[in-house]
Amino acid sequence: MALTEGSGKGRERASLPPWIKTTALTIGSIAMTMLGLLFVTFIIGRVMPIDPVLAIVGERASQSTYDAVFLELGLDKPLVVQFGYYIWDVLHLDFGTSLLNARPVSEDIARVFPATLELATLGIVIGIVIGVPLGVIAAARKGSWIDQVARVLALVGYSMPIFWLGLMGLLIFYGILGWVGGPGRVGIFYVDVVPSVTGMILVDAALDGNWDVFKNAFSHIILPASLLGYFSLAYISRMTRSFMLEQLSAEYITTARVKGMSEWDVIWKHAFKNIRVQLITVIALSYANLLEGSVLTEIIFSWPGIGSYITTALLSADMNAVLGGTVVVGLIFILLNILSDLLYKVFDPRAK
Amino acid sequence: MYQFKNSLLAAATASLIAVMPLYAQTPNNMLVVAQNIDDIVTIDPASAYEFSSGEYVANTYDTLVRYDALDTTVLAPALATDWEVDAAAKTVTFTLRDDVTFHSGNPLRGEDVVGSWTRVVSLDKAPAFILTQLGWTPENIEDMVTADGNTVTVKYEGDFAPSFVLNVLAARPASIVDMATVMANEVDGDMGHAWMNRNSAGTGPFSLGTYRPADILSLDANADYYQGAPAMERVVIQHNPEGATQRLQLEAGDVDMAKNLDPGQIAGLADVDGVRVETYPQAAVHWVSFNQKTESLTDPAVWEAARYLVDYEGMADGMLKGQMKVHQAFWPDGFPGALTETPFGFDPEKAKQILADAGVETPINVTMDVISAPTFVEMAQALQASFAQGGINLEIVPGTGAQVITKYRARTHEAMMLYWGPDFMDPHSNAKAFAFNADNSDDKYASTTTWRNAWMPPAEMNEKTMAALAEQDADKRLTMYLELQQETQAEAPFVIMFQAIKQVAMRDNVQGFVNGATSDYVFYRLVEKE
Repeated sequence: MALTEGSGKGRERASLPPWIKTTALTIGSIAMTMLGLLFVTFIIGRVMPIDPVLAIVGERASQSTYDAVFLELGLDKPLVVQFGYYIWDVLHLDFGTSLLNARPVSEDIARVFPATLELATLGIVIGIVIGVPLGVIAAARKGSWIDQVARVLALVGYSMPIFWLGLMGLLIFYGILGWVGGPGRVGIFYVDVVPSVTGMILVDAALDGNWDVFKNAFSHIILPASLLGYFSLAYISRMTRSFMLEQLSAEYITTARVKGMSEWDVIWKHAFKNIRVQLITVIALSYANLLEGSVLTEIIFSWPGIGSYITTALLSADMNAVLGGTVVVGLIFILLNILSDLLYKVFDPRAK
Repeated sequence: MYQFKNSLLAAATASLIAVMPLYAQTPNNMLVVAQNIDDIVTIDPASAYEFSSGEYVANTYDTLVRYDALDTTVLAPALATDWEVDAAAKTVTFTLRDDVTFHSGNPLRGEDVVGSWTRVVSLDKAPAFILTQLGWTPENIEDMVTADGNTVTVKYEGDFAPSFVLNVLAARPASIVDMATVMANEVDGDMGHAWMNRNSAGTGPFSLGTYRPADILSLDANADYYQGAPAMERVVIQHNPEGATQRLQLEAGDVDMAKNLDPGQIAGLADVDGVRVETYPQAAVHWVSFNQKTESLTDPAVWEAARYLVDYEGMADGMLKGQMKVHQAFWPDGFPGALTETPFGFDPEKAKQILADAGVETPINVTMDVISAPTFVEMAQALQASFAQGGINLEIVPGTGAQVITKYRARTHEAMMLYWGPDFMDPHSNAKAFAFNADNSDDKYASTTTWRNAWMPPAEMNEKTMAALAEQDADKRLTMYLELQQETQAEAPFVIMFQAIKQVAMRDNVQGFVNGATSDYVFYRLVEKE
């Protein structure tokens, strides 16, 4: 009886508007995901056979210097306490100071993430603009030369080391032809010419109306973005082709053709319309991967992005930087998931 | 579909045309350098302790005495016009120049010297130990260093040769900062440390322009520099961790100098017009050491045999061509007191005989830690092959620099392949590392090669190291270091193999670049473009 009463009261209390419940669940889910992510990353960082104190003071500092930094980092406290302190600080939007450059992690992330965001966004645009039509055409003309070309392109994209491809790209388009700018986000004469508003140089240059800087920045970003775009399009085109083939063999497509509908309409208005939800997932995943930062691309193109930032930090046990980067990457995945869910509802009435 | 393809082609062509006119040589008043600068942790001279930050400090700050750009092998006056050493009273008295101003315009004062060194000792950051060797502590520093007008009196505790004291005061943490400016930017008692990580406050030929970690570091010329304004109004160091793309930038003329090219990339520049490669001997020595906590590595016969199991010439002329030269003593060639004899050669038969005579059973299996950077891994592989010929099987354990150092500090390695560069240009810096160990206990941490390898030198060697440190006669002192080097060649569990060489590729029109034996002696102030 007591249980029944209790359940009844619970039901009364739960009779909140559905959107509040949904929002609360989403926030709770995000918080738990982030907490788990941070905890795992924290533990990995602490069990790595690297002494973070040495990363700061170097191998020759005196014992007193070493001890002072050891205490400053709170390494004398139990792991759980260290993690608790960290979470407390994060809740106060304090991500700590990077051990590797003695600057606030939030400042570092504000500097490196826009660089990655700009590169990844252009990369995914290239991947979508070329990859989706290529996949659709390859499916529509299955077995044709264009299908074979798409297959080879995808195969090369999957199998070619990005490091090698990046170097070759720089050698040909920068070193020999001089069509694009070299490593770095912008030519040396354009550094800090436009005020940093978003941290994305193309956007900042456009906002400032400085088209010389925009042009120079574009010349620097186009090659690494194309490279990332190429790897995305390899995946996107293959997945698009696969989804399209499934749709094109469906009975409603045969019916549409029998009714005399043009091939363009069959492909784009019927078959393609039905793969949009699946494509959103594929594109969101590709974009999220790019936003994590492509370490090798960033190294080759001297692109100060979040991928190389996190990797360098991890290799030096700079856990404040690693955890700060992890929060950003985790949020990216969560936000893209939410965005995907919203887009599902837009494109698929059943999801509403 | 046809329209779509045409549009795509047109867009691609337009994009390419839009970005075509890109080539531009750097202007004659600006030096652009491609360099890996991601090692920089801080740029405050009180804490800067990395290679790239050393170069930065050398160009933005001055010391009272220094190894100057004009001759990096001679200790010369800098902010001090002259000095007197009273060894009996353990005192050095400096007279400061009266024509020096900081970048802020503030004049150099004796108080700045006192404040700068007090700051280093009080902050107790990584390089502080260099100054505290003189017996300075946060409590006594203001008694040990005093100023009276343009005169600064420095006292020290300990039996030191005058040259040692001067060498310590020429080291990076002894840089003089503009204390008025620094303390005006103090936050929460940090003595301006956070501010100094974003700004410069020196008297050097350049001031800090822009610094973004692992991105860019630019220097602006100090027009009022007391030794004359640099010809380069700006030096821009663009972070680029990849040698292959540094080379492309150099060939394209987008940078004037590329600093991190490997031997293959250097060789590839041989036939490139407009580019040349300069070579600079460095102070770092590369070695293999044997941890004496590993039972199989404690027999001196193993150390001796190992010295004959390195293909010195083959490695130096092959994979290390232009990057290292054979050197078998702890103090580098090119500096007073260096032992340049190379008594050991690759002789596996002799090594086997030494082991057999000593009754050492082979094969000896040992792990060797090595930093997993390209050159180091190749060196380790070559050693693995040559050591195997003498019955010593090396299992290579690659790791990041931080991993290797962590293990080394904990003395949990067996063999280690690493390098050592002096903290300051005095033979004691290396003698202390290779020939002295005050206490070999696990809890008596020391950053020396001896303690890290749990090796206790013979008492005579320890005593001679300290005696050389205190020796007042300069010539006799150098002779003592020569003897110490010979003794470590014969008696220590170290196989010193090579001395580093720095190769810098630059455009033909760049002249006057100075790259001394360590990063503290890299100078841009004399650079000109013809």
